[in-house]
Amino acid sequence: MEIIGLTIDRLHEALRAGATSVTEVCQRTLERIEALDPQLGAFLTVNRDEALRRAEELDRDLARGEPLRPLTGVPVAIKDNICTKGLRTTCASKILHNFIPPYNATAVERLLEAGAILIGKTNCDEFAMGSSNENSAFGIVRNPWDAERVPGGSSGGSGAAVAADLCVVALGSDTGGSVRLPAAFCGVVGLKPTYGRVSRYGLVAYGSSLDQIGPITKTVADAARVLRVIAGRDPRDSTSSNHPVPDYLAALDGEIKGVRLGVPREYFGPGLDEEVRAVVWQAIHRFADLGAEIVDVRLPHTEYAIACYYIIATAEASSNLARYDGVRYGYRAQGATTLREMYRRTRNEGFGAEVKRRIMLGTYVLSAGYYDAYYLKALKVRTLIERDFREAFARCDLIVGPTSPTVAFRLGEKTEDPLAMYLSDIYTIMANLAGIPAISIPVGLSREGLPIGLQLHARHFEEATLLRAAHAYERAFPFSHKPPL
Amino acid sequence: MIERRKSWLEDRRMPITKREVEKIAELAHLELTEEEKEQFTVQLAAIIAYVEKLNELDTTDVPPMAHAGRDERADYAQRDDVVGEGLGSELALANAPDPARGYFRVPKVIEEG
Repeated sequence: MEIIGLTIDRLHEALRAGATSVTEVCQRTLERIEALDPQLGAFLTVNRDEALRRAEELDRDLARGEPLRPLTGVPVAIKDNICTKGLRTTCASKILHNFIPPYNATAVERLLEAGAILIGKTNCDEFAMGSSNENSAFGIVRNPWDAERVPGGSSGGSGAAVAADLCVVALGSDTGGSVRLPAAFCGVVGLKPTYGRVSRYGLVAYGSSLDQIGPITKTVADAARVLRVIAGRDPRDSTSSNHPVPDYLAALDGEIKGVRLGVPREYFGPGLDEEVRAVVWQAIHRFADLGAEIVDVRLPHTEYAIACYYIIATAEASSNLARYDGVRYGYRAQGATTLREMYRRTRNEGFGAEVKRRIMLGTYVLSAGYYDAYYLKALKVRTLIERDFREAFARCDLIVGPTSPTVAFRLGEKTEDPLAMYLSDIYTIMANLAGIPAISIPVGLSREGLPIGLQLHARHFEEATLLRAAHAYERAFPFSHKPPL
Repeated sequence: MIERRKSWLEDRRMPITKREVEKIAELAHLELTEEEKEQFTVQLAAIIAYVEKLNELDTTDVPPMAHAGRDERADYAQRDDVVGEGLGSELALANAPDPARGYFRVPKVIEEG
């Protein structure tokens, strides 16, 4: 069984035809990880023995005549900030280097119930804070398309693993673009669902009003399949939604005629790479050729999004990360004589530079005398950003633009300048601030052979509309390039 | 207009001083090295100068966005208060750096002086 380019439907076709077994696919996947991952660095933990044990169990179930479940036998990689019972979950941080969760995240639990195989845990920026995956305490991830470039962050291991066929599907988390940016940089599909669509239970909290788990896949249809499994109300996450979960796959009818596609001029302003602009515009014209109606829309507060985001996200992070103190789990500094000294030394030795920087910024914007000027102000601007979308969606069904202003940048290019790094998220953070769903799909390559991502946004809970349009494009203009591995 | 209270931080926005960085680190329970203090003073000043951009916007009558949930049917944060199953002390202590007799052991809490 060829695992390069393997998707869920092709795997299931082969299993139904008896052309392969779950165990064979699992073994091939593990072999490929062993062969390629020492160079890529996408995995922090490979779940080898348990994956094979489970594969054999699934093969026995199938032999007994059990029907295929939605994800039977699908090798899935999970970002290492999503809890997996009994399997080390580090958030790519020294402070959680030895943490073994006593429970599964709800999204993981649902994947397993649907028959998936947990193949391993993927590298990421420490606590999901970063846009390049260079903030991991356990090493960088290299972009499968060019080893000297970043895979994007923060779910860089998940993006690289899917692009390099080290798994069929991966989960990431997206607080400001952390699923969509690696998807764009690695030439795969990345979906950030509506806030509340997927339970955050077991996702290690970064910015709780922004965080959302999402799939990284090779096709839009696979994203639809995975979302159907992981979406839905969870009593363990009070912000998860009761909104009915439709059959997203059934929505993929290839129909896009009459869909109004809004193009915000703010997404095509200064700072956008000319090649990215040209390829994204070409894709927009192709949407028009397929029958979509292109309309001009405005998102006038786009230029304030990064400032708004870095106040809200860091404020929430400074509060969420207060729990890492060396008392109940994770790393503890040795030799401290008082509790306070133990806290400080544990946190100083356990956290990396970017995490400290964000805790510091978040503490500052929440501190007495500055709360109103920064945090409250940002919450008000967040309202303005949500209004921008509401007004734009009165004139269109989907909003289209680039996922990132550039293709994957070089390793080390932005590590000295945090602000320049933050600006990589300019087009992705708007969806997190507004809480709406967005997807990145690959639509072309640059002259240097690097993938370019197009992003679509939809109204709250309209993932079906989003996936339908993305799928219609993919069907008409499939992205057939593979990284040179 | 936003009225700001006087506080331990000097009542001005820019630039952030090394002394302020030290005070914030103390609040955040971080013990920074001298090098980190110098670096964060420069970097945080740049980031704070950038986020000042928000002051270009008049938000006088704009309500703050309190939370991100947009499902009208949801009963966010409301559920019956019933006793559920917990982890149990063995599992709860399984990741503890220094467990002792069913507790988390820590260095002494009361400091001298």
